Amino acid sequence: MPTRSTEVVIAAHNLKKVYGDFVAVDSIDFKVRKGESFGLLGPNGAGKSTTMRMMSATMERSEGELMILGLDPKQDSPQIRAHLGVVPQQDNLDGELTVAENLYIYGRYFGLSRAYLKPKVEELLDFAQLQEKRNEKVEALSGGMKRRLTIARGLINQPEILMLDEPTTGLDPQARHILWDRLFRLKEEGVTLILTTHYMDEAEQLCDRIIVMDNGRIMAEGSPAALIAEYSSKEVLELRFGSNKNAESAKKLAGYGDRLEILPDRILIYCTDAELVLEKINHDGMKPLTSLVRRSSLEDVFLRLTGRTLVD
Amino acid sequence: MSSINRQVSRWTVLRAVEHRLLIQKKWFASILMFGIGNPTIYLLSIGLGIGSLVDSNTTGVDGVKYLTFLAPALLASAAIQSAMTETMFPVMAGFIWAKTFFGIRSTPISGKQMANGVWISAILQVTFTTGIYWIILWLFGAMDHKGSWLSLFTACLGGLAVGAVLLWIASVIDHDDGFLAIINRFVLMPMFLFSGTFYPLAVLPLYVRWLGWISPLWHSTELGRWVSYGHSVSGRLIVIHFLYLFLWIALGLKLAQARFEKRLAK
Repeated sequence: MPTRSTEVVIAAHNLKKVYGDFVAVDSIDFKVRKGESFGLLGPNGAGKSTTMRMMSATMERSEGELMILGLDPKQDSPQIRAHLGVVPQQDNLDGELTVAENLYIYGRYFGLSRAYLKPKVEELLDFAQLQEKRNEKVEALSGGMKRRLTIARGLINQPEILMLDEPTTGLDPQARHILWDRLFRLKEEGVTLILTTHYMDEAEQLCDRIIVMDNGRIMAEGSPAALIAEYSSKEVLELRFGSNKNAESAKKLAGYGDRLEILPDRILIYCTDAELVLEKINHDGMKPLTSLVRRSSLEDVFLRLTGRTLVD
Repeated sequence: MSSINRQVSRWTVLRAVEHRLLIQKKWFASILMFGIGNPTIYLLSIGLGIGSLVDSNTTGVDGVKYLTFLAPALLASAAIQSAMTETMFPVMAGFIWAKTFFGIRSTPISGKQMANGVWISAILQVTFTTGIYWIILWLFGAMDHKGSWLSLFTACLGGLAVGAVLLWIASVIDHDDGFLAIINRFVLMPMFLFSGTFYPLAVLPLYVRWLGWISPLWHSTELGRWVSYGHSVSGRLIVIHFLYLFLWIALGLKLAQARFEKRLAK
């Protein structure tokens, strides 16, 4: 895998986006380095997609500074877009064209020649595993196939930065794993990846560095391991005593780990050695209905930082 | 990382035209059938039927046989119909139905160039279908004067005037609530009926004649009759007809370009 460069490809300072009275992105600062896989995490409405659209030079910022590949999108948005690959949340492929034609015509918008595009389309059809569907209209494809085609389309101009807005939302597990494999290959080739996602396992799999956003602000920043170390514990013990008994049992569990979280259906004990804590609990005579020992995950960090309130 | 040329060309607009043409190629058989079938049916029923009735009872209309009088108006309305299809459908597909414009927006193309791309491909398509219409009219003997071929251009001018404004209107619509049907029934159909298509506008009473005066179809038809068979019209009115149609084009395009830019930056 190519070593990551220290060269900054995107730099945002006090970046802000306002719609009327609503502040979608609230004066955030971050940098993305060349070859890095950079993730934006956050609940719905956190400002991830708005940040992504400003980074993809398709939406103007309200305030602050933003430099992409050394250029300011306020002045040079077409020049910046020539270097980017963008995979939007919605596939927005052309349903009147075939799979291969979708790739071809998208490439033409970048001013790419027919001689370049002919082999490139073949290469991307292989990459997206869509050779057999090349002459079919897009409408005939499954959701996973459409997503792979949209990602392939984003690669037609050999982008220096590939931006993916929730690349696997709505896909079944098989399709997600195929996509992860494709994205990991790009990462290995040194393409700078920027992605937003709801899926913590996706972020852990693909991202070198993450920012967690909520209400338009950055709540935390770091590698998945560093975020877990800072905002969670090494392990988590999940205990179920029965829905009516969780709160009562929790009182007896105080002091067993670093931190305790009581959920409607279970109790989470954040600790360094979950097996040891479970042993102690059993030894002290408490009998949970079920117990689960697991490694602490990014999801624990995410929920701690952004809360467990449902956001529509 | 790569050696591909990333220079942003000022001709990116042509890529949008290429995109439209690639789609139109798939519809070529339908376009051709409609282009031939529509005027043929019209001419067989209204042109020849009503024409023979009018010509057998009078000395024609406006000093020429009825079909010759009718032909520039039919040609102009065909151009308007084609312009409507070629501006409204791609814009509705791009912004609402398939949202393809939002995908294309991630390439170096600007909103203004995207609007211009739809517009330029509409010019090509309108010229093509109106050209077929003209040939059918000629085969039916409706284009039997020396200057008749010039009515192709005045018809296209009328079509593109309406097309430019529809390009803007389609870019403003946020939801498709049967908007195309509304435009068809409440704008295009009255325009067709009250623009001096089947009879001279002067026949209508003054309180409805204004509908013709504001209609691009009437201006285009008047110009078409003037170039085709020398319909009597003052020099001042000729200038007004041209200016009016160019005004619609300039205004429609300007508004559409601004709207495309704004909508795609959301």
